[in-house]
Amino acid sequence: MTPLPSRQPPQKRLAIVPAYNESGAIAGVIDDVLTNAPGFDVLVIDDGSTDRTAEIAAEAGAIVIRHPINLGIGGAMQSGYLYAAENGYEIAVQVDGDGQHDARHIAELLGHLADNPQLDMVTGSRFVTSEGDGYKSSASRRVGIRIFARVISAITGSRVTDPTSGFRMTTRRAIELFARDYPHDYPEVEAILMMHAHQLQSAEIPVLMRSRTSGVSSISPTRSAYYMVKVLLAIFIGLFRSRPNVELGDPAPVAAQSSL
Amino acid sequence: MGLRIQLLSIVVTGGLFVIVFELVRRRKLMERYALLWLFASSVLLVLAVWRGLLNDLARTVGIYYAPSALFAVAFGFILVLLLHFSLVISRLADQNKVLAQRLGLLQQRLDDQERRLARMTQRDAADADAPDRELARHR
Repeated sequence: MTPLPSRQPPQKRLAIVPAYNESGAIAGVIDDVLTNAPGFDVLVIDDGSTDRTAEIAAEAGAIVIRHPINLGIGGAMQSGYLYAAENGYEIAVQVDGDGQHDARHIAELLGHLADNPQLDMVTGSRFVTSEGDGYKSSASRRVGIRIFARVISAITGSRVTDPTSGFRMTTRRAIELFARDYPHDYPEVEAILMMHAHQLQSAEIPVLMRSRTSGVSSISPTRSAYYMVKVLLAIFIGLFRSRPNVELGDPAPVAAQSSL
Repeated sequence: MGLRIQLLSIVVTGGLFVIVFELVRRRKLMERYALLWLFASSVLLVLAVWRGLLNDLARTVGIYYAPSALFAVAFGFILVLLLHFSLVISRLADQNKVLAQRLGLLQQRLDDQERRLARMTQRDAADADAPDRELARHR
């Protein structure tokens, strides 16, 4: 692992693992992180699983937050960032609960953040070098990823190759931002734009991802298309916002209190 | 379709579109609930602007007064929107129930822990007050 400039007390680092019915893979993921990323606490967000995900995660040595209802990936990740913000973590890395992210890359993500102090987020991308070396996914998903990559690159003005990758590490500033406000469906895509809107910089480094070991993807092709339309709409309307996200002291981004 | 009713239709449907868009922009309305509204208002706007399409539509389904066809389409959208909201409310009610139950169970566990803690501190205090009696009782 790349050491950061020594500082007292040692930097608190958290691996956030969102999981929904991942009892088959979750123990392996936690083990992977604890072994290959020493210095990271593991937090599993059990997003309303109906299997033994939470128990298995606790036995494997993770901190577990259980959602009584399924909020979806965006809500689960925001719980993780809330925990990180409240407990003084300086670094948070997001690792999927299905085992497709290889924890050996966490040291590389950390090293990249340490070498580039202007960055507040670094994402592990499958497509930085050649088009998807070794990573298998459906054609429709690839088309979706490419459309998002094109749109996001055009808006942010920097090259983004894998906007849907959930394998990303954030600094304290980004943790606090995401704890306040985090998008819902395909949150990774909109999160990049949130960073951009707040003048926080992000970058990508190449990683290899595994095909999922067990369980099923939460997103079917039709839902996937529906989400795409919705996220593109969100991105489009976002362009008309002068200041897209809340600052400290602003009203919370909920629809509840308002009438016409 | 007369010019006056056409202008009125354009103003109303266009106004609806702008209001929905503005609500989403101000983050008062979530995109997932805005999608159907935006779709409905843009279809109605197109029908209001494009007179020929509305006339053709009216003739095909046998409506003599073209603006009525616009109302019919709007009515269809309203039915779909209402059904959509019923589904959303059902899900919210269900989730709300689960949350309340979970909170109730947690509250019970907390109360239980607090009572146990109170009993323990009470006993400790009693022990400290009368060590001899406690000692005698243990023998």
